[in-house]
Amino acid sequence: MTTTDTTDAGIPVAPVYVQSDVAPGLAERLGAPGAPPFTRGPYPTMYRGQLWTMRQFAGFGSPEDANARFHFLLERGQSALSVAFDLPTQLGYDSAHPSARADVGRVGVAVDTADDMVDLFDGIPLDRISVNFTINATAPIILAMYLVAAERQGAASADLAGTLQNDILKEFLARKTFIYPPAPSLRLSCDVIEYAAGALPRFNPISITGYHAREAGCTAIQELALAMANAIAYSEALVARGLAFDSFAPRLSFHFATTMDLFEEVAKLRAARRLWYRIATERFGASEPASGRLRFFSGNAGTTLTPQQPLNNVVRSTIQCLGAVLGGAQSIHVMGYDEAFEIPSEEAVTLSLRTQQIIALESGVARTADPLAGSYFVEALTDELEMRAQALLAEIDAAGGAAAAIEAGTPQRWIAESAYRFEREVSSGDRPRVGVNVYASDGDEPQLGDMFAADPGVAERHAARTAARVAARDPEACRSATDAVSAAARADGNVMPPLIAAARAGATLGELADVFRSVFGEFEEPALW
Amino acid sequence: MSPTRVVLAKPGLDGHDRGIKVVAMALRDAGAEVVYLGIRRTPEEIWRAALDEDADVVGVSVLSGAHVELARELLAERARIGAGAALVVGGTIPAEDAVALRAMGVDAVHPVGASLPDVVESVLSLGSKERTA
Repeated sequence: MTTTDTTDAGIPVAPVYVQSDVAPGLAERLGAPGAPPFTRGPYPTMYRGQLWTMRQFAGFGSPEDANARFHFLLERGQSALSVAFDLPTQLGYDSAHPSARADVGRVGVAVDTADDMVDLFDGIPLDRISVNFTINATAPIILAMYLVAAERQGAASADLAGTLQNDILKEFLARKTFIYPPAPSLRLSCDVIEYAAGALPRFNPISITGYHAREAGCTAIQELALAMANAIAYSEALVARGLAFDSFAPRLSFHFATTMDLFEEVAKLRAARRLWYRIATERFGASEPASGRLRFFSGNAGTTLTPQQPLNNVVRSTIQCLGAVLGGAQSIHVMGYDEAFEIPSEEAVTLSLRTQQIIALESGVARTADPLAGSYFVEALTDELEMRAQALLAEIDAAGGAAAAIEAGTPQRWIAESAYRFEREVSSGDRPRVGVNVYASDGDEPQLGDMFAADPGVAERHAARTAARVAARDPEACRSATDAVSAAARADGNVMPPLIAAARAGATLGELADVFRSVFGEFEEPALW
Repeated sequence: MSPTRVVLAKPGLDGHDRGIKVVAMALRDAGAEVVYLGIRRTPEEIWRAALDEDADVVGVSVLSGAHVELARELLAERARIGAGAALVVGGTIPAEDAVALRAMGVDAVHPVGASLPDVVESVLSLGSKERTA
């Protein structure tokens, strides 16, 4: 079989689908939009009631640089924000740290202090604009700094809307911004979820993410199974703390990739909702319907973009955005056509936003909920993906659950082997990539216009700013606040209240991450290769 | 002839390891002996491993945009420690940076979009040059 008669995940596709290809009982498997098992979407009116949130992932340089990009996007009609942090911030290093130097402000914005967070959201009312944070190992610290920034604006916690990625388990699978070993990392994630369940009624304290494993190379089926396995692991840990499933489950959110195989991606997103509903009700005995109502953010896949003939990426992004919409996403990010090279330019990011707006306002696809329901092919594929993901989930269960499987390296091997298979298919030509292995350009590629240029001075300037802020704080108050964080970490107390106090007292991200390093130690990835 | 010996690693803080693992598997399938050191490796750890493993080629992958600064640190450390292996850099590298990296002394550069057989061929031929040098 070649890639032309199977889906990207390897599911055979027939030349035509007829009614008998759909198993009996479809009406029960579908339900109505906004009703169990939520196959057709989390809300009864879907986009007719409210369009998805257009949320371009953005951030680079200093907080002022990123703030300018946020205003640029909001002025062009973006409805919410999504913050990219630089790697030092994601890994708990201040900008002045020797390990940080080359990476300050590169893939995101540098944030060292709560004052930086104030600068990042200057002129942006946090009680009205929802904010997504792609942050994991340092998620509790970043949330604390964000809450201090909101407090300085006078915004009430009850009005804060947004999402903290806070899915540390998947960082051991892909992307790899872990700091501490898996067990204390999971505990910190759960501290955030537990704190938010009481204090932040409109905030999603976790975004359980299949996206990064997918970007690292796994298939749609593996993406589903891994996201569900991680969702189960967090839920079990929270229930083990004595929390009722229904007290936190309605605020769990998810994040999936949407890649190029349009119908498989739509089917995957529909299957994801049904899988989660069944897990919530059958494994955790959910009694609130909202506990089994999966809501998700979709990011297009950067790995589908090519540096060859880069304008082709506009077309790829459009198809992926359409897939996310037909799959019923609550918020969407569209990649910039120049992202195979750099952080998107202003022109590229504007076009990404316009792609969303054109699909929303001109294509008509937002008029009705789950428009592909009842398609023999899409329903058969949805059932097939659900069944295959369930089988894989059973394998993860048999291996002792997500954490044990990750420790054994099993899913990491699935991901790498699948990535290698994909590359061999591209190399052999079995998997067509336009502009790469078919219709490649002879000679010179057309050049893109102005690309994003990183500011080489940002590390030094930002480190100096933080040093000045550290010099201006009350050292005694700051020390006792960080001591309280350490005590909570050692005593199994929830770290969020003392972290918020420490952020308020001017403790830096690096200092707070070091407190946890001294209590939990650092994780060294075992050599699986 | 003995197989080409390759040490692969990710310097800096970037953890995107899809590309380097694919390259590791392809090099192994092509007959090379490959040691992948993992993520967040310092220049010293990388060249120390290259000496210990008697590597012909060191390959690093950087997808964070920090490739120029990290390559500079790696080249300085190679000179300091006196290692002889060739240095190959891959990642999200714009064309002008690829030229700059070559001018700095990086032996081969494979930006995103490079074909897998080309990467393998480049590493193996650098390896055989090291062997006959």
